[in-house]
Amino acid sequence: MEAVLALAIGVLTASGLWLLFRPRTFQLILGLSLLSYAVNMFIVASGRLRLNAPPIIGKNPAATDPTLYADPLPQALVLTAIVISFATTALLLVVLLAKRGLTGTDHVDGKDGKE
Amino acid sequence: MPDQRLLLLVLVLPFLGSIFATFLTSGGRDRASVLAAGTALIGAIIVALFYPAVSAGLVMRYELEWLPSLGLNLVLRLDGFTWLFSELVLIIGVLVALYARYYMSPEDPVPRFFSFLLAFMGSMLGIVLSGNLIQIAFFWEMTSLFSFLLIGYWHHQQSARDGARIALVVTGFGGVAMLVGFLLLGRMAGSYDLDEVLLAGEVIRTHDLYKPTLILILLGAFTKSAQVPFHFWLPHAMAAPTPVSAYLHSATMVKAGIFLLTLLWPVLSGTESWYLIVTSVGLMTLLVGAWVAIFQQDLKGLLAYSTISHLGLITLLLGLSTPLAAVAAIFHIINHATFKASLFMAAGIIDHEAGTRDLRKLSGLVHFMPITATLAMVAAAAMAGVPLLNGFLSKEMFLAEVLEGHRGTLVDLSLPFLATLASAFSVLYSIRFIHQSFFGPPPTELETIPKEAPRWMRLPIEILVLACLLVGIIPALTIGPFLATAARAVLGDNTPQYSLAIWHGFTMPLLMSTIAFVSGLAFYVWLKKPLNDAQASPIIGRMKGRHTFEMVMFFIVETARSLGRTIGTNRLQPQLRLLILMGLLAGIAPFLLFGYPGKIAPPTALNPAFAILWTLAGGAAVAAAWQAKFHRLGALVLVGVAGLATCITFIWISAPDLGLTQLLIETVTLVLLLLGLRWLPKRQADVYATPPSFFVHLRRSSDFLIAAFGGIGIAALSYAMMTRPLRPDGISTYFLENAYAKAGGINVVNVLLVDFRGFDTLGEITVLAIVALTVFALLRRFRPAPESMEIPEQQRHQNAFDYEREERELGDTLAHFMYIPRVIIEWMFPVILTFALYLLLRGHDLPGGGFVAGITASIALLALYIADGTRSVELRLHVRPIRWISFGLLAAIGTGLGAWLFGYPFLTSHFSYLSLPVIGKIPIASALLFDIGVFAVVVGTTALILTALAHQSIRQPKVPRTGHKPKETV
Repeated sequence: MEAVLALAIGVLTASGLWLLFRPRTFQLILGLSLLSYAVNMFIVASGRLRLNAPPIIGKNPAATDPTLYADPLPQALVLTAIVISFATTALLLVVLLAKRGLTGTDHVDGKDGKE
Repeated sequence: MPDQRLLLLVLVLPFLGSIFATFLTSGGRDRASVLAAGTALIGAIIVALFYPAVSAGLVMRYELEWLPSLGLNLVLRLDGFTWLFSELVLIIGVLVALYARYYMSPEDPVPRFFSFLLAFMGSMLGIVLSGNLIQIAFFWEMTSLFSFLLIGYWHHQQSARDGARIALVVTGFGGVAMLVGFLLLGRMAGSYDLDEVLLAGEVIRTHDLYKPTLILILLGAFTKSAQVPFHFWLPHAMAAPTPVSAYLHSATMVKAGIFLLTLLWPVLSGTESWYLIVTSVGLMTLLVGAWVAIFQQDLKGLLAYSTISHLGLITLLLGLSTPLAAVAAIFHIINHATFKASLFMAAGIIDHEAGTRDLRKLSGLVHFMPITATLAMVAAAAMAGVPLLNGFLSKEMFLAEVLEGHRGTLVDLSLPFLATLASAFSVLYSIRFIHQSFFGPPPTELETIPKEAPRWMRLPIEILVLACLLVGIIPALTIGPFLATAARAVLGDNTPQYSLAIWHGFTMPLLMSTIAFVSGLAFYVWLKKPLNDAQASPIIGRMKGRHTFEMVMFFIVETARSLGRTIGTNRLQPQLRLLILMGLLAGIAPFLLFGYPGKIAPPTALNPAFAILWTLAGGAAVAAAWQAKFHRLGALVLVGVAGLATCITFIWISAPDLGLTQLLIETVTLVLLLLGLRWLPKRQADVYATPPSFFVHLRRSSDFLIAAFGGIGIAALSYAMMTRPLRPDGISTYFLENAYAKAGGINVVNVLLVDFRGFDTLGEITVLAIVALTVFALLRRFRPAPESMEIPEQQRHQNAFDYEREERELGDTLAHFMYIPRVIIEWMFPVILTFALYLLLRGHDLPGGGFVAGITASIALLALYIADGTRSVELRLHVRPIRWISFGLLAAIGTGLGAWLFGYPFLTSHFSYLSLPVIGKIPIASALLFDIGVFAVVVGTTALILTALAHQSIRQPKVPRTGHKPKETV
C-alpha cells in the first residue's frame, strides 16, 4: 500500500508541477488542484497508513488504546486545508478572470507571449 | 509612594490623547490644544508625584510580562535622571501645545497636528521611561516616525516633504545600527533589562565586542542628535511648523541621542575609544555648528545650527568621561532646552507677525513688539552664556572641564582654545540674532506691520525665560536638588562635589568667557556688513551634507533597480521554475548527505483494488496535465477523477472525515470552475500549424524534467516517511486519550477542530470569510472580455427556436429547460438540508461536523440554483450569505468569549449531559455552538462565492452582439 500511495502522490505532484509551469491561467488552477491533492495525502500519510482504524474512540477513556487508531492530528490539519483550498481556488479564479477581463488574455503574465 | 502602575498611565496617556485628537473636527483648534496640553500636564503631575521616591535614590519599576520565554518584559523604569528628563519632555510639551494653539492657522488640519504631537510625546516618554533595551529601540523608531509626520506636516510644501524624508532616513539608519548595538550589548550583559546592563559595565568594557557595539550605538545617538557628519538633517527639518521645531530641537528628538549617551554613560564611557570618538565628534559638531550659525540669514536656520553646536557641546562633555563633565552635560541639557525652546517660539512670533524670518529684512522690531523682544534678548543672552542666566552656569562648568585635560593628546591640548573659540562664535551669532531683528531702524521690506503677539502665545516664552533667570540667579534653590538627584542616578557613588554658585572668583573659565564675549562682540561690530552679504558659510559651506545624502540615496536606489532588472523578473513562469527548482535541491540535499537511513517497518499488505484505483487516477492526472490547454472541460473532469481517487484513499486509510469533506469540496469546486470557464477565451489548436521553435522545445523539456524529478522526489520522500515507524511519544496520543474525558466527543478529528485546536479553526473560518468578501468585492467590478459577453451557444439555439415560432415567446424553451431535474431538486432541497443538519449534530461523535455540514447545505442551495436558474431562485428565496458569515463568526467568537464569563481562558469548552424525556440523556457541549458558527461561515462563504460568480452571467451585456434583441439569460 505504501509504495502505491507514494507513487500516487508522486504522479499527482509531477502532473501538478508540469501544469504550474504552463502559461495559461486555467492550467495553473488545475495544477494547483492536483498539487493540493498530493500535499493533503502526503500530510495525512505522515500519520502512517492505518486500515480500518478511524480515530473514533470508545466511550471508556481507561480502555482507549491510542495505538489502535489512526493519527487524528494530520487529519484535522488537512480537513481545514481542504476547505480553505476551495476558498483560495475561488479567489485565484476570480483574480485570473478579472485579469483576463482587463488585459484581454489568459496568459499568466497578462501579455501574450509565444507560450 | 505613588503606585508604580501610574508609570504605565503616564506612557499610555499621550497615545490615548493622540487617538482621541484624530476624532476632533478640523476646526477644533481649542479643544485639540487643550487636550494636548492637558494630557501633558496630567503626565507631568503624575511624574512629579514620584519625586520624593526618586530623590531618595530609589528606582521605580513596573513590569508587565510580555515575552517571558525570551527574557523580555515590558519594563517601565524611573530614576532621578529619567525623572528629570520626562518632566522636561512633559512640561515643554505643555508649553508647546499652548503656543501651537496660537501659532497654527485655523486653515490647517489642526487636530492632526496635535495628534502627531501627542504621539511623538508618548514615543519620547517611551524612550525615557523604558527599562529594557529593545523597548528603547522600539520607541526610538517611533520618535523617528512621528517626527517624520510632524516635519512633513505641511506636506504640500516640497521642502517639508524633503526635510521629513531626510530626517527619517538619517535617524532611521541610525536606529537600525543602534538596535544591532543593543542586541550585542544585551548579549554581553546577559540581559536586555536596563538595570542589569547598568550593573555589567565592567564586563562590557573589557569584552571583545565592546568596540563594534560602541560604534553601532554611537551611530544611533549621533544621527539622532545631529552630530557631524549627520547634522545636515536638522536644518532641513526647519520646514516644520515652528512649535514642532521648538519641541523637537529643544527638549526631545535631538536630545534623545544625548539622553541615550547619558543613560549608558556608566556602562560605555571611560575607555580610550569612547573618549576619542565622542570627544572629537562633539568638538567638531560644536565648532561646525557655531561657525555655520554665524552665516545664516534665516532666523530658524541660525537657531538650528546653534542647536547642533550646543548638542556638540553636550556630547563633548560626555566624551570627557569625568563625573564632573557628566554633571555639566546633564545641567546643560536642561538649560539648552529652556532657552532654545523659548528662542524658537520667539522666532515663530517674529515669523508670524513680520511675515519673514530673513535676518536681512528684519530690523528694529523692538518698537513693535517690546515684550517679545525683551524675552528673546534674555533667552539669547542665556544662549551666549551671559552671567546671571542659566546658560552661563553650565558654560562655566564646561570651560572648567575642558581645562582639566590629563591625557596629553592633541585634542586634549587644543580643547581650551577651541572651546573659547566656539564660545566666541556663540556670542557672535546670539548678538547677530538679537541686534539684526530687534534693533536698528524700523523695517522697510515687510509686507505687514508687525505687532505684539497675543497674551497667551507669549506665556510659554515668559515661563521659560523666567526659568532661565531663576536658574541663573538662584541655582541652588531652583535646579540644585533636581540636578543632584539626576546626577546621582547616573553617577552613583562617583557623584562629585560641585558648586552651583554664580561667583567662583577670578578663575580661568571666567577669563575664557570674558575673552569670548569681547571677541564675539568685536567680531560682530567688525563683520556686520559682510555677514549680511554671506551666501554660504566659508570653508564649511563646501561640505554639502544634503548633496552627499542625495547621491548616496540615488546610488542605493539605482543599484537596487539595476540588480532587480538584471537578476529579477516579473514573469511568473521563471519565478515558479526557480522556486520549485530550489525546493527540489533543498529536498534532495539531505538524502545525498545522509543517505536513506532508518529502520523500516513492515509495509501494509497491498490491496490490488487500491493499485487499480491509482493506475486509473494517475493516468487521469497525467492526461489532465497533457490536455489542460485545449480541452479545458475534459481536463477538469480528469482532475475530478484524481480528486475522487483521493477521496476514496482518505476513506481507505482511516480518515472518513477527510473523505467526506473531499467529496463535497470536489463538488463545489467543480461548479466553481465550470462557472469560471465561461469567461475564459476560446482556444483553438492553431499552435500545431507551425512547428514549435527550438526554445519552446527546450523549455518544455526542462519543465518536464523538473516536474518528473519533483514527482519522483516526493514519491521517494513519502515512501521513506511511511515506512518509518511513528514516534510513540507524539502529541496525538494525548488527543486520543483525552478526547472523550475532556471534551466529551469520540470523533477525535472533530474534537480537535472544535475544541483542542479551536483557536486555529477560528482563524481558519475568519480566513474563509475574508476570502469570500474579497471574491465578492472583486466581482462587483468585474469587466469580462468583450468576446465572452455573448449569450452562450445553447441559449442562442433555444432563442432561435422560439423566434421562429409564432406561438412561443422568446425564452420559453429556456424556461422549460431541465424541467424534470428541477422538480426533483426542489423536492430534494429540504432533504439535503436536513441531512446537513444531521451531519452537523453528529459531528462530535461520528464523521461530520460544521465544515462538512456547511458544504452539504451549500450544495443543496447550489443544486437549486443550477436547476431553477439564478433569477427564479432569488425570486422566492432570500439567501443572505453575508449575514450567514457574520452570524457564524459572532457565534464562534461568542462561544469563545463565553468561557471568560466562567473564568476560563478564551475558547475553553464545556460539556454536560442533558436529560430529556423520551430521548434520554444526551451530551451537550459548548463546542457544538462553536461548530454551528463554523457551519454558518462555511455556508455563507460557499454561497457568497458561487452566487457572486453566477450573477455575472445574468448581468446585462453592455453591447448586444448577437443580432437578436438583448434578452437576459435566466
